[in-house]
Amino acid sequence: MRKPLTLRVLSSLDSKGWLALGIFLALALILVPVLNLAVPEDSAFHMSAYAITLIGKIMCYALVAVAMDLIWGYGGILSLGHGLFFALGGYAFGMYLMRQAGSDAGALPAFMIFLDWKELPWFWLGSDSFVWVILLVVVVPALVAFVFGYFAFRSRIKGVYFSIITQALTYAAMLLFFRNETGFGGNNGFTDFRLVLEHSVTSPQTRLVLFGLTAVMLAATLVFSRWLVTSKFGRVLTAIRDSESRMMFIGYNPLWYKLFIWVVSAVLCGIAGALYVPQVGIINPSEMSPANSIEIAIWVAVGGRATLIGPVIGAFVVNLAKSWFTVSFPEYWLFFLGLLFIVVTLMLPQGLVGLWKKLMLKKGAAA
Amino acid sequence: MNAPNTTAEALLDGRPEGSDGADQMGHLVTGELDLSHGVALYLDDITVSFDGFRALNKLNLTIDAGELRCIIGPNGAGKTTMMDVITGKTRPDSGSAFFGQTMDLTRLTEPEIAHAGIGRKFQKPTIFENHSVFENLELAMKTDKRVWKSLLAWLAADERDRIAETLRLIRLDKEADRPAGLLSHGQKQWLEIGMLLMQEPKLLLLDEPVAGMTDDETMRTAELFVSLAGKHSLVVVEHDMAFIEKLGGKVTVLHEGSVLAEGNLATVQNDPRVIEVYLGR
Repeated sequence: MRKPLTLRVLSSLDSKGWLALGIFLALALILVPVLNLAVPEDSAFHMSAYAITLIGKIMCYALVAVAMDLIWGYGGILSLGHGLFFALGGYAFGMYLMRQAGSDAGALPAFMIFLDWKELPWFWLGSDSFVWVILLVVVVPALVAFVFGYFAFRSRIKGVYFSIITQALTYAAMLLFFRNETGFGGNNGFTDFRLVLEHSVTSPQTRLVLFGLTAVMLAATLVFSRWLVTSKFGRVLTAIRDSESRMMFIGYNPLWYKLFIWVVSAVLCGIAGALYVPQVGIINPSEMSPANSIEIAIWVAVGGRATLIGPVIGAFVVNLAKSWFTVSFPEYWLFFLGLLFIVVTLMLPQGLVGLWKKLMLKKGAAA
Repeated sequence: MNAPNTTAEALLDGRPEGSDGADQMGHLVTGELDLSHGVALYLDDITVSFDGFRALNKLNLTIDAGELRCIIGPNGAGKTTMMDVITGKTRPDSGSAFFGQTMDLTRLTEPEIAHAGIGRKFQKPTIFENHSVFENLELAMKTDKRVWKSLLAWLAADERDRIAETLRLIRLDKEADRPAGLLSHGQKQWLEIGMLLMQEPKLLLLDEPVAGMTDDETMRTAELFVSLAGKHSLVVVEHDMAFIEKLGGKVTVLHEGSVLAEGNLATVQNDPRVIEVYLGR
């Protein structure tokens, strides 16, 4: 008996996994709004707008980390250019926000007026439509990833060479977006958003809706990814990671498998970027800087590769540490990040999840 | 979506039943596997040179359908190069190689040849160590190997039966759920043979399949190969004479890229030219 697909997706998580996911969603969708809106501001249990934005932002990063885990942990392909796809999704949604920010409908975004442009460039057409922009958020990263990935994987570019090329790709894109003539606000990028779907971007309600959407998206991505890696596709993918030429002899064409997971990963990054921009209130080309993309790899390495939940943990640990460090010891953050990466690489090759498993195993052996 | 796959399918299915390839001029690229003349593999006057060194020198070899053939020869005799030519890894400088009556191996790519029904086992077992024994066989199973099919793949009962059957054949049914990396060396060799069988090849090329096996494992492997002959054609490259004796098929001796002697093991072993090559003057 063939099991229907929906049932297979649902059964890719065990009961403990579903329980954890349910608790996470209950916290994000019920407890956080209550703590933010219902608890008075002077109470110790009040959750500030700052905290909500911070956690919302980190959930976007966690989404990127899961996307990175699919391609790196399971596909064995280290991308150091994932910041590009994140930024593309962010810019696509930012276009919509900029159109909503103008003083009246149909007005040009402020930076274009400043540049004395008389009309919208062609690629801005339709950017006042929410649906069109959501389409762009998915299609643009997918298209860029497909074209780049097709040529890279067809030429069998692998390992460190692939990583370097992705790094160059995001750097080139950053330089392009820095130019005012490109039509995306130059080095200032997009900011000063006002409305999203006619609601104020900064209102507590909008903030909570965006927060909830991000949480739901993160949960859905985890379920989808778990299904993906436990399907036959996932087994083929890890087999290609371990021995590509052997898989070719068996009759698989690695190109399409790599390309598929590469494009899926890029699309997830684009969605994360689109959720990030209205919460943080700004997108500029520095999101495409090589250092940002390297940081994504560090989150995954810290949490534990090929575990899916590890990258989420890694994104939270590193970014919470970052927001604490950059306030308390701003000048030491990069040293700490470097140290963290070295320690994890040398002593925790399986990341925090690997450490946890080891401890549980020891505990099990002792008992 | 997947070019090599579709070509290979066209290769297997594109030609109407009963059409005879022999009456057409030139090399044939299309055609289904035709074993009607009882021959699985023809190598005719194959020459391969690497920088002036003739790895194969006008090699002629014919393997019958269902035959179990052993190939022996000193190092550098061209055994591995011969397998490379058959699997499409190396293109011959001259000569022709046919699989069945109609399939020109010199015109097909490696995946196409694999799909057409030639399976190869390398000297060093290359299995997927992180996957379970069962999953290794699942990955190797003959099926549609395109991305969408893999995404939606769900093992049917008959597919599970086939994997179980192969597991019994290679005596790994108790190890099915263990990671393949934990198997002993001999078991890894068997798993690789099992993976070959899952691809349902018509012709199996086995390069030193019992290297590193215990005597007991070697003998059981011989039994396995003898049981496979008939249904499949097997070409075994080995140095282990006890193993070859146990297989009991025809033996071909290669020397300097061409056939030196052919016949049963006793005849070949008593051939003065063979003795000279192996022992020197």
